[in-house]
Amino acid sequence: MNTAELVSPVVRELPPSGIRKFFDLVAESKGIISLGVGEPDFVTPWHIREASMYSLEKGYTMYTSNHGLLELREEIAKYLSQRFGVNYDVRRELMVTVGASEGVDLAMRALVCPGDEVLIPDPSFVSYMPCVTLAGGKAVMVPTVAEEEFKLNAKTVESLITPRSKILMLSYPNNPTGAIMTADELKDIAEVVERHNLIVISDEIYAELTYGEKPVSFAALPGMRDRTVLLSGFSKAFAMTGWRIGYVATNPDFLAAMVKIHQYGIMCAPVMGQMAALEALRNGGTEMQRMVNTYDQRRRFVVTSFREMGLDCFEPKGAFYAFPSIKRTGLSSDDFSEKLLHQAKVAVVPGTAFGPSGEGHIRCSYACSMDQLKEALQRIKTFLSTL
Amino acid sequence: MTETTRRSILAILAENNRLAPEDIATMLGLPVDEVAGFIREMEERKVILKYNTLINWEKAGEEMVSALIDVKVQPQREVGFDTVAERIYRFPQVQSVYLMSGGYDLSVLIEGKGMKDVALFVAEKLATLEFVQSTATHFVLKKYKQDGVIFEDKEEDHRLMVSP
Ligand SMILES: Cc1ncc(COP(=O)(O)O)c(C=O)c1O
Repeated sequence: MNTAELVSPVVRELPPSGIRKFFDLVAESKGIISLGVGEPDFVTPWHIREASMYSLEKGYTMYTSNHGLLELREEIAKYLSQRFGVNYDVRRELMVTVGASEGVDLAMRALVCPGDEVLIPDPSFVSYMPCVTLAGGKAVMVPTVAEEEFKLNAKTVESLITPRSKILMLSYPNNPTGAIMTADELKDIAEVVERHNLIVISDEIYAELTYGEKPVSFAALPGMRDRTVLLSGFSKAFAMTGWRIGYVATNPDFLAAMVKIHQYGIMCAPVMGQMAALEALRNGGTEMQRMVNTYDQRRRFVVTSFREMGLDCFEPKGAFYAFPSIKRTGLSSDDFSEKLLHQAKVAVVPGTAFGPSGEGHIRCSYACSMDQLKEALQRIKTFLSTL
Repeated sequence: MTETTRRSILAILAENNRLAPEDIATMLGLPVDEVAGFIREMEERKVILKYNTLINWEKAGEEMVSALIDVKVQPQREVGFDTVAERIYRFPQVQSVYLMSGGYDLSVLIEGKGMKDVALFVAEKLATLEFVQSTATHFVLKKYKQDGVIFEDKEEDHRLMVSP
């Protein structure tokens, strides 16, 4: 039996993740400092872990409603309202998901019809494009450039719109670039969205990790709430990646469609994670702020260091990534990253792992201690001088 | 310089005093001389008292014994507890002294080379002070956490080396 041939052609032809390839390379090496990690270096704050343990002691080991625990949805609704000024009905417009990752998949499967086009900022998070493909849609990459601080340009979006364009994916603060979009910049996008009657899926998982600017939700812009599927989660802001808790907020029709897929495919997000998330929203503000302040300090340090080495590095105002340009070395992102790994023992992720517009850049995560960061940057500096 | 910035500089130093003013300035987006000047001022005003290192002496192979001593005293007329405390904290063996509310007055932390060392100090030096009414000595059997630092932290970095 030729088992490989039996795999669905759509899945078979899905390109392998550029991250995966790099992961394998790193796994073979020793003495590496990694700036390639896409998750917080903090362990989940203790009070959150403790709350989850207590819930286990009390016997919370069951399914929850498909939508997630009502108390958790209530806390999420309160948070979205107070922090971003967007209001959602906890019974009809909010659902707890297995990370924002599940939200991306659900949104695409619920909304994409065969042949529909989904506009995706390039570079951005690795799962958008495959999720569109798996849902039968066509991903259309919208290039963003360092000269514009990797912000989405409304004119570029408009130039790529066709009669089949249905959805615009937004992802700010952005992984891998660290770019953010201010309310004013999003307004230009909203005009295009309105003019072409698009749906927006806005992945706002890094919203709390915004530095020096007030975080905004696209759903809060006038007229955008009901066209927007807001995705977020606890992984980044509360250092809770392994708990797998995210959420979706959107109009009742979109939500009902997404709940349908979720109820058959997943049933519900794990209850211990939901209990932890509840504690995070109720009492996690101080610890979160402490982590945000720490990221902000490292962020300045990293950007300054890259610039001092002579690498162009625009100032990322969100997430925990810097995305310096390595164009002046004449190497491709892939070659640079591989050489850096082997010669300097520093792992970074080539920009191209996040889309073709990432060429000429490397993603450096500053979710690691100051000491590691200093050492890694020193190694990169030495490496550059050998080129 | 804002109050928040001042506090941030102190908090960074409290966490890691090996960071140079240059690093701290970069981390906070401030001019170096402003940070250096502030640190100097804090040193002069004795807000910053000392740059020390937290050492796990047991692991370093040093025989160190610590004891917490509850001391009840007779406050001295006109001078109160402060003078009494000073008579105690001047001894170099005394690591810390706190004035307490509740069942006793002063909490004294002593460190010595061994049990005998500490016991002798209490018997000969502390208990014999005229205004000391009573002492209760509690030896420390094991240190788990000190100054916010867990001694044998079992939490390691379990993250994958590269992830999206
Ligand atoms: C932009 C973006 N969205 C979503 C996710 C996935 O988040 P979750 O852990 O909630 O699934 C990530 C994680 O790296 C991300 O960077």
